[in-house]
Amino acid sequence: MSFLVEIDDLKVHFPIKSGLLFDRTVGYVYAVDGVSLKIKRGETYGLVGESGCGKSTLGRGLLRLVEPTHGTITFDGTDVRSLAGERMRLFRRRMQMVFQDPMSSLDPRQSVESLLVEGLKAHDLHKNKADTQQRLRSTLDSVGLPASALNKYPHEFSGGQRQRIGIARALVLGPELIVADEPVSALDVSIQAQVVNLLDDLQESLGLTYLVIAHDLAVIRHISDTIGVMYLGSLVEEASADQLYERPLHPYTRALLSAVPIPDPRVEDRRERMLLVGDLPSPANPPSGCRFRTRCPWSQSRCTEERPSLRTFDDSGQRVACHFAEQILSGELKPHEVRAELVRPDVDTGVGAELIPTRTDLPLP
Amino acid sequence: MPLLDVRDLSVVFDRKGTRPVKAVDGVSFTVEPGQTVGLVGESGCGKSVTSLAIMGLLPRRGNRVTGEVRFSDVDLLKLRPRELRDWRGRDIGMIFQDPLSSLNPVIPLGVQVAEVLERHQGRTRQAALREAKELLDAVGIPDPQRRLKEFPHQLSGGMRQRALIAIALACKPRLLIADEPTTALDVTIQAQILTLLKELVDNSGTALVMITHDLGVVAGLCDTVNVLYAGKVVERAYRHDLFEDPRHPYTHGLLQSVPRLDVDRGARLHQIRGSVSDNIPWSEGCAFAPRCDRVIDDCIGETVPLEPTRRAGALRCTNPVEREVAV
Repeated sequence: MSFLVEIDDLKVHFPIKSGLLFDRTVGYVYAVDGVSLKIKRGETYGLVGESGCGKSTLGRGLLRLVEPTHGTITFDGTDVRSLAGERMRLFRRRMQMVFQDPMSSLDPRQSVESLLVEGLKAHDLHKNKADTQQRLRSTLDSVGLPASALNKYPHEFSGGQRQRIGIARALVLGPELIVADEPVSALDVSIQAQVVNLLDDLQESLGLTYLVIAHDLAVIRHISDTIGVMYLGSLVEEASADQLYERPLHPYTRALLSAVPIPDPRVEDRRERMLLVGDLPSPANPPSGCRFRTRCPWSQSRCTEERPSLRTFDDSGQRVACHFAEQILSGELKPHEVRAELVRPDVDTGVGAELIPTRTDLPLP
Repeated sequence: MPLLDVRDLSVVFDRKGTRPVKAVDGVSFTVEPGQTVGLVGESGCGKSVTSLAIMGLLPRRGNRVTGEVRFSDVDLLKLRPRELRDWRGRDIGMIFQDPLSSLNPVIPLGVQVAEVLERHQGRTRQAALREAKELLDAVGIPDPQRRLKEFPHQLSGGMRQRALIAIALACKPRLLIADEPTTALDVTIQAQILTLLKELVDNSGTALVMITHDLGVVAGLCDTVNVLYAGKVVERAYRHDLFEDPRHPYTHGLLQSVPRLDVDRGARLHQIRGSVSDNIPWSEGCAFAPRCDRVIDDCIGETVPLEPTRRAGALRCTNPVEREVAV
């Protein structure tokens, strides 16, 4: 099995500027902080995590829509980060993106035809009118839109149809990799299924590789072959979709899985919730050692000192970044109480989280 | 006697120069004291407008609200704005989706909680602030004494939503209306807030109207569920009945179309064809008919009534889904 994308120790740090006259860099937001992963050709890699965990930045960093600070990206044997200027631009034909909000990612003043032709022109694929028309029609057909859509404008479509246009815009260039950033989260429940099925069908017929970024674990599990769970800029666990659900190793993955509401009262009534206390710490001032230790009910003193690396757990290929995954799994290590830590959302001060002694009668796992 | 009795509530958006739109079309439901009732539907189904109409929060200009909203035998729709203001916040609390836009950004949090108590219970600022501290403590905000002086932007999303819950529950209302209270939050924070809401409602005996698009949220929280489509209640049932045996094709389709974490992932998701906007303007007959797999001739042309079914449920369908018999 060959890997289409290999990311090694990717870091994206955003500087925090401050100062009256001259911008001084007073700190960094560690949006993505050392992520390594591999995506097989033809598979769907799902990236899941809460807002602020860096999953979108990772997707954008992979396409160099934001310039990574450190690390290597290998796409089909080519070192993407070494490409400069025009060569990078032309290389982008092979990797396309589908955005979350189809309303703001489609120019309201461009017709669908113009939206689709723009990419073809940029990549010199617009040879003659008849060929282009043929190409546009077949692309629209593959995403389930009629050819009459070409002369319409984005506002004339419903949310689900707009997302189809967004997908068509990515597809028309014949890419190998599609990075889909929250492709269904702006859509209604009954429309989500249509778009998820469409992505499935396209993968089957065109042999596409997907990197799907989403916060909805149920959707991610449905469409992905491999799932990576991100927390505060780093990958904490990676496993096949079924394995992750059956045997979550990282405490954060467990908490995520138990937090997803399930539309079945019989399941909901019996369920034991593992509630996390507090909020995501500020990525400008991440905790020392393990990033999750401030909210982890199993955290030990070692977690404060040493940052766990993503290691292979066993033969199944499941990878986890936790010092105590074995002990937690066997029940040897017992969960303890966690104090809620107050998190400041104002990143610009660079101060971030501060620990305040507080009551502990919040619901515990 | 029910605590809240909504009878035949209709809201028509009627603005100059545009065609009138029926956003809510004859919605009726009741809430017993201490009960949790869910209003579920997709965007545009009228669930939020229903809650705004109950609270009298729709602007008078451009909206026609008809029907009855009886809250402990007083018709809220007949009250004058000044009288209604006494009820809002004291007997009925409300939580909105986005806590940042429902809190005033330039007023300290403590004052925002305290002003409810000053307005409705005649407390002094000092006494109200003391009580506000206890309220913030009760909803699980760490170090409430310091939070009193802070502004909404200094809190995280989950903490803001907790603050909003504290404001809504300040006067121990008999009814709490929560309009998508967790939609703007992450799943782990959503789980915190839902657990908190459930605890507070259980302990205080407050009735709760939960408005959401998320069937999973409803499954764990509500006693009775009303499913709305295009401004009408299409199905109502106890939650166990609804999820085990959904009768309306829309409810059935919705439940089939969401991927679930606890069942093996199938090859494809069931999909409902078309979208809600396919049936604007609302035609006669069933609004769901253009998207329905079970559509028959009777569905088109005639208005389908909401008819009572088993165990206090109700259904608006001429050709309902029969329960699949387990093999």
